[in-house]
Formats: sequence, structure tokens, C-alpha cells
Amino acid sequence: MKIRATQAIIECLLEQEVDTVFGYPGGTILNVYDELYNYRDKITHILTAHEQGAAHAADGYARSTGKVGVCFATSGPGATNLTTGIATAYMDSSPVVFITCNVTEPLLGKDSFQEVDITGIAMPITKATYLVRDAQSIPDIMRQAFAVAATGRPGPVLIDFLKNVTAPSEMIEYEFIPWYENRTWGSVRELNQSHGLKAPDPDPEDIDILVEMIRQAERPFLICGGGVVRGRADKEFLEFAGRMDCPVAITVMGGGGFPGSHPLTTGMIGMHGSEASNTACSECDLLIAVGCRFSDRVALDPASFASQAKIVQIDIDRAEIDKNVLTDHHIIGNAHRVLELLNGKIGQYSHPEWKERILSLRKRRCAEEEGRLTPQQVLDVIRRMAPEDAIVATDVGQNQMWTIQYFHFDYPGQLLTSGGFGTMGFGLGAAIGAKMGNPDKVVIHTTGDGCFRMNCHELTTVEHYHLPIISVVFNNGTLGMVRQWQNLIYHQRYSETTLDRGPDFVKLAEAYGLRGKRVRNVEEMREAMAEALSCGCGYVIDCMLDIDEMVRPMVPGGAHITDFLVK
Amino acid sequence: MKRQFDTEVKQYTLSLLVRDIPGVLSQVSRLFSRKGYNIESIASGETNDPGITRITIVILGDELMIDQIAAQCRKLLPVLSVKVLDAQSSIQREFALIKVLAKDPSTRGEVLQMADIFRANVIDVSRETLTVAVFGDSDKTTAFQKLLRDFGILEVVRTGTIAIERGRSTIYEQTKLKEEYSYGKNVL
Amino acid sequence: MKQTISVLVENQAGVLNRITGLFARRAFNIESLAVGTTEDPTISRITIIVDSGNSVMEQVEKQLNKLVDVIKVRTIEESRLIGRELVLIKVNATNKTRQDIMTICELMGARVADISPHSLTLELSDTPERIATFEAMLRPFSIMELVRTGVIALHKGGGKI
Repeated sequence: MKIRATQAIIECLLEQEVDTVFGYPGGTILNVYDELYNYRDKITHILTAHEQGAAHAADGYARSTGKVGVCFATSGPGATNLTTGIATAYMDSSPVVFITCNVTEPLLGKDSFQEVDITGIAMPITKATYLVRDAQSIPDIMRQAFAVAATGRPGPVLIDFLKNVTAPSEMIEYEFIPWYENRTWGSVRELNQSHGLKAPDPDPEDIDILVEMIRQAERPFLICGGGVVRGRADKEFLEFAGRMDCPVAITVMGGGGFPGSHPLTTGMIGMHGSEASNTACSECDLLIAVGCRFSDRVALDPASFASQAKIVQIDIDRAEIDKNVLTDHHIIGNAHRVLELLNGKIGQYSHPEWKERILSLRKRRCAEEEGRLTPQQVLDVIRRMAPEDAIVATDVGQNQMWTIQYFHFDYPGQLLTSGGFGTMGFGLGAAIGAKMGNPDKVVIHTTGDGCFRMNCHELTTVEHYHLPIISVVFNNGTLGMVRQWQNLIYHQRYSETTLDRGPDFVKLAEAYGLRGKRVRNVEEMREAMAEALSCGCGYVIDCMLDIDEMVRPMVPGGAHITDFLVK
Repeated sequence: MKRQFDTEVKQYTLSLLVRDIPGVLSQVSRLFSRKGYNIESIASGETNDPGITRITIVILGDELMIDQIAAQCRKLLPVLSVKVLDAQSSIQREFALIKVLAKDPSTRGEVLQMADIFRANVIDVSRETLTVAVFGDSDKTTAFQKLLRDFGILEVVRTGTIAIERGRSTIYEQTKLKEEYSYGKNVL
Repeated sequence: MKQTISVLVENQAGVLNRITGLFARRAFNIESLAVGTTEDPTISRITIIVDSGNSVMEQVEKQLNKLVDVIKVRTIEESRLIGRELVLIKVNATNKTRQDIMTICELMGARVADISPHSLTLELSDTPERIATFEAMLRPFSIMELVRTGVIALHKGGGKI
């Protein structure tokens, strides 16, 4: 069947069962948007305020649903505005297909209006980039792009179409092939043969070695990394942890991979890890990390990391093995499959003394503090009042760490956070994407006054599409995390971190046609939360916090994991 | 047991088979520059298979670093195969063109004599210069270049090193040279 | 049309990346590329062959000149070019065929670099055309593997870059 090239682009999205895309139109991508007009009953397009918001939204959509996110942007500044969003998705292995258009072939490489080498720019922050110069290759490239983004270790892919390729006169031969069939077809098949798109089956020998290591271990310790979340291996991990009967820590990206309310959990590990997690790490004799790259925020000092332990890394990506921390054993494969095989081979263990040693270090923090409002109180109120399965999108900095410390995440996709790239302004976009992907769930966006200011223009998207997202601003009038470093390490020299300035976030919410409330104590917080949950529209809660509020505990970068600067 | 990596910094040769598409060299070289590695030499040329290019990269580093970079290279879509070759089990060759001043007959004679010893060919003659082509391992080409320096070198162009395994084995075979490739479990 | 460009660059991490990026941006396919040091160890010389039109090449040349690490760029005209390349070819060789292969080598001026009971590894430095001929003549014996350095080029006669 001969169809227009642009039609093929959209049909290829339908092949992948895409029903929602995020984006922002412009000159070179006009042809694609013109085609999208014909498909507006099949594909919902969310027009954001800024391309970065669209990128984060597609990312948040992907993280919360497990599907591939799709984001459109035009050439030049449209494309470069995506880059922060692309890098964010790349660092956290989130599957997003970014589609941009570029100038026509004769104008390529001539510094034409709104021209930029986006495939070159995006190369280091994507799994693959494609420059489409021939309309006939559209179906092949689209199918390949989705396969690359979704399989193996997921990640973003960028496709840049030259404008002449999308011209209405370009007709191509096309046949609709659903994604589950086209993954074993044509160029995708070739790619699969040369690169192995899917994770290989774990080596049974490798599994047996680990089974033996587990048998010998007296003080085992598990780390639940982002791979458990991306691979949706939470059930297998839960069973595995149960059989191991040992402490379990999560990384920032692993939030939701292991229930936060589970009796074995020790919470976060690393720079702001709990005393229990970090102590377990330095005292254990077997450390099994699943889907974790031991980033510097987790391992801190790679040389002394878990120095008493045999370290085992389970990862889908061969290139992650021995990259940051040298390991004693590794298994390459999908977390889901590896854990399934392990569960079939290990019996029930019991480590009561070791468990007692570590779990006794967990502190019940006292939430009821008189007088001022604390971040913990804010999060306690949210946790008690919001439904248990509410999705939480965080921004970056103190608000992020507090959210992960005080909130319980029970399933993959419940916590959306920029763990690898640390992108301020990620939260609101991600919340929009999550709400689009999960219309039945409550979506909460926790942010700081610094982060919120960076992308608060997306409130217009929240309003326009009637997305009842609750933005909770931890407003301490400062770039809290940076101030905390300045306080502890830079001798209280608060250089350019004090944010004693507008706008008034409540009035800002109202200006965007939303509602808001400023809260100074727990009582007001409860009222605001009740109103937010029932009002049916976007809501901003401006929580006034003390400027010197800190994230505790903290281990400085590069130090030994138990050398707490503050407890 | 943690894997033991040879920490000695030495020259490693990476051989890559890649699909011949625009930007592939850029993708490969970016991996090295990102980590701040300086490539000692790189050579890229067609193979007997149309559409497939072979890139040979020589780099100074330790084993862990080479292991990591090889794993990263293997993840790139256009890269079909990566192999680390070592000096003992491979033939390494470099090729150089040297333009040297030779104004009078006696110097010309001397240059020709030296070229003969190094099995170099004279490929161009002008009134004042001789252009000689020499190939061999990089020690040999360097030694030759040093000897010609006394006459006055106008210009030198060298290819990067290319390498091929000794004996029957080739880059196409799955029998990996080094232990780490025995688990060539390779996922994107 | 094939174009040969010689570029002198500072020998630094990332230079090659910037240069190949310039070509990738215009979706030019680099046919061959060779990098080696020059008489000055801090300076490398890159020889690139691309297939493209004249006017676009001029643009690329200008862009290359603008890079901080690039010292000099020169496009070498076909007529004034000495282009040479080195190739290593591993070919299947049995007792029966070995002599035939050696004869071809002698005719082409190639040398034997390595020998094993079932294979011969040959080396030849010559123009790309002659190397293509050599490859064609060896094809009946079954080529196992082939590596080329990529072409390096100098001006004929006394001039220099």
C-alpha cells in the first residue's frame, strides 16, 4: 500500500500502540503535525509550555507505565530544548523515542535557520540516533528505534527527519505490522542478530556460583537498584529477599522495587543513606546488587565500598560490570529472569542475629515536633491522606531526598525521580506524563522553591488538560541542598543560594487558573491536602519551612560509606 | 574473587568491524574522548565486504580501561565486532610516506641506500626531493624516519597502525582471544 | 567525486571526534581515514577521503580551518596526488595453492608477513587501484580477513602542506 511518508510515521506509532505523545510544533515539523491532525481521534497530543517539559512528560509517562514515551519537537532550539530531558532519560534508562525534524537536505550543514546537528548533539545521551534522509526507510527506522528504546537496557532514542522526507508528496510503500511481529522482522531482526536486543538468558553456571556464595554467606545484604524497577522485577525481588532473610536497601532509582513498608527494608543507601543501610554495606560478607551501577552517590569511595564483602552484580548491561566498583562475581541478564532462576534454586535462609544487628539501627523518627513545620510532617500528612498507590514525582535536592526517606514506595513506577542526572525541574513534567498514563491514580509532585521556579510554566499544561496534580513546594527560601553543603563544608558562606524572592506560589497557581494554599503548620497542611484531593484541579501547596532544614544523615562525596558528616 | 586486571599501562590494539554509515567514526571516537583518552593511532579502511569498514585503534591504557572501552564500543549500533589484539599474537603494521630533501647526487645516493636497507620504495622524484614509502611495525618506520632526519624531512604522513592476528584466526570468529570475551554476552 | 584532504592537528584527546563530527553533521560518509604522528610528536596528520561535490568540500575545509586544534587543512588535487595505502590480507592457503599465491605476490610486489599451515598473511603498500587488483586476484583463493590503513597522501614534487 502506498501512503504518505508522514502517514507512515504516525502509523508506525500506532504499530507500537502509542496513544499519547507530548510535544511542541514548529516550522520543520509542520508536515508531521499536519498528519497528526488526521489522527487526532487515535493519538492524544499534549502541548506543553516548553520542549523540556514535553521531554520530561514523555519520560514520566514511560517510567510510570512501563511503555515507551514519545516526544515531538521541531528543529534547532526545539531540539536543543529537549537535550536536558533526553539526558535525564538516558541516565535513568528510561525508554523514550524523541522525534525531531530538521531542515531540508540542501540546507543541511549550512547554518540554516533553526538548523542544528541534533543527531550529533544527542549522540552521547541516547542509545541511538537516526538521521532520516530517505522516506523509504521510515518504517524500518521507526521500528528499529522503538525496539532499541524498549529492549535490553532501556533508554532514549532520537530520530531526526529531514523536512523534505516528510513532504506531502513523498509516498512510500507501507504495511502495518504490529510491534510484537515487527520485532522479529526486517532490520530489527538483523539488529537483533548483531547486537542481541534482548538480554541473554543468564548463564546457569553463573547462577550456580551465586547459589553457592549465598549458601556460605553469614551476613548477606541486598541492594535493589533501578534495574528492578525498569525490569518490573519487584515480585521476584520480594520473593528473593524473603528467602534470603537479610537487610535490603534501595538506591534512589530502586525506589518502588522493594516495598518501603517491608520489615527487611533499611531504606536508602549512599550519600543520604540510612545508618542501617550504610552500616550493613560496610559489615556484610556478601553484597548482591540487582540492577545497580554503584554510582558515586551510592558507592562514595569505590575502593573501600563493602570491603569485607564479596560483591555480586546482577545487571543487564555487560558494560556496567566492574565499571565503578570491582566485583567478585556477576550475572548478566534481565533482573526478572535472573531472580526467577535464583528463587528456583535457593531454599529458605535465616539470619536472625545479623538482621537484628542491622535492623536495630533503624530509627523511628519523631514526626511531631512542636512549633515549626518540618519536611517529615509534610510527608507524613501526604502519606496518611493520599491513597496508598499515589504516584509521586520529585524534583531534585532536599525535597527529593526527604520524599524518598519518608515516603513508602511499594511498586515500580510509583516513584519518579531524576536520580542519575539530577535534573531540577523534572518533577512537574514527569507528573504530567504520569497523570496522562495513569488517569485513575492520584499524582503528587514534591518540589522545592528552586526547582519549582525552573519549570512552573508547565502549570499551564496542568490547567489546560485538567490534570489534578498536587504540587507540594518545600519552600525554605533557599537552594537547600547546596546550602546544606555550604553550611557543612564551605563554612557557612552562603554564596548565591538564598532565594528571598518571588513569586508568590499561591498567587502564581491562581494566575494559571489553579488553586493553592500556603501552610505553616501541620493543621494547615492537613486542610490543604484535603482540599487538594477533593478539588479536582491542579493544586499548589506552598509549605513554609525553615531555611536551615537539613537532609540527614549525610556522608560527603568520596568518603567511606559510614563516615557520616551528620547523623 | 575479584577479577585481576593487569595494571601496567601499555599499548593495546582494538580492532572493530563497523557498518559503513555516516557518523560511525564520530560515534566510536566520541567514546574515547569522553573519557579523556588520547588515541595513539586510528586507521579506518574498507574490508573485502562492501559496506563494512574495519577500524584499528591503538591506545595506551591498562587492562581494566581497555575492557571497559571495548564493552562500550560493542554497545554501539553500527559496531558489529570488537576484538583486542596483543603484540605477540598479531601482526602490526604502519605505513609512512616521507618527503626528504635530496638536492645533490651524493645525498640522493645515500637516501636510496638507506631506503634499500629498510625495503622502502621511492615513489616520486623531483629536482630537489625524494618521496619514499616505507612500512613495517611502528619501530621500523620511526627508525627510518630518524635516519632521514639528517637530510631534512619536508613532510611525513603516517597511517595509523593496522593489525591482523597471526595464524588462522580472524576477527569474524567467535573464538575470542582473551578470557574476558569468553563471556561475550552482549546486550545493547 | 572522491576528495582527499590532509589535516594537521594538535595531538589531543577529542580532536578526531570534532573532525569526524563535522562530516557526520552533513551526513558525509568518510571512505577512509588515517591518523598518524608527523615529524613533530605533538602534531598528527589526518588523511581523509570522502565522496562528495566540490563546493561542499570547500565548506568543510573552511569549517575544519575554524577548529582550534586544527593547524592546517589542504585538499590535494587528483593530478598532484601521491596516494598510497597499506593492506594486510589473510588468505586461505594449502600446499597446492601456496605457490600460486606467492606468484601473485611477486607480480604485485607484495610480501609475506605471516605463514601458517592453512593460511598466508600478505602485506602490500600501493595505490588503492593496485590494491583492488591484488584483492581481486586473491579472491579465488578465499580471503579470510582484510585490513587497510586508509589512504595517506602527499603532494608530488617539492611542495609541502
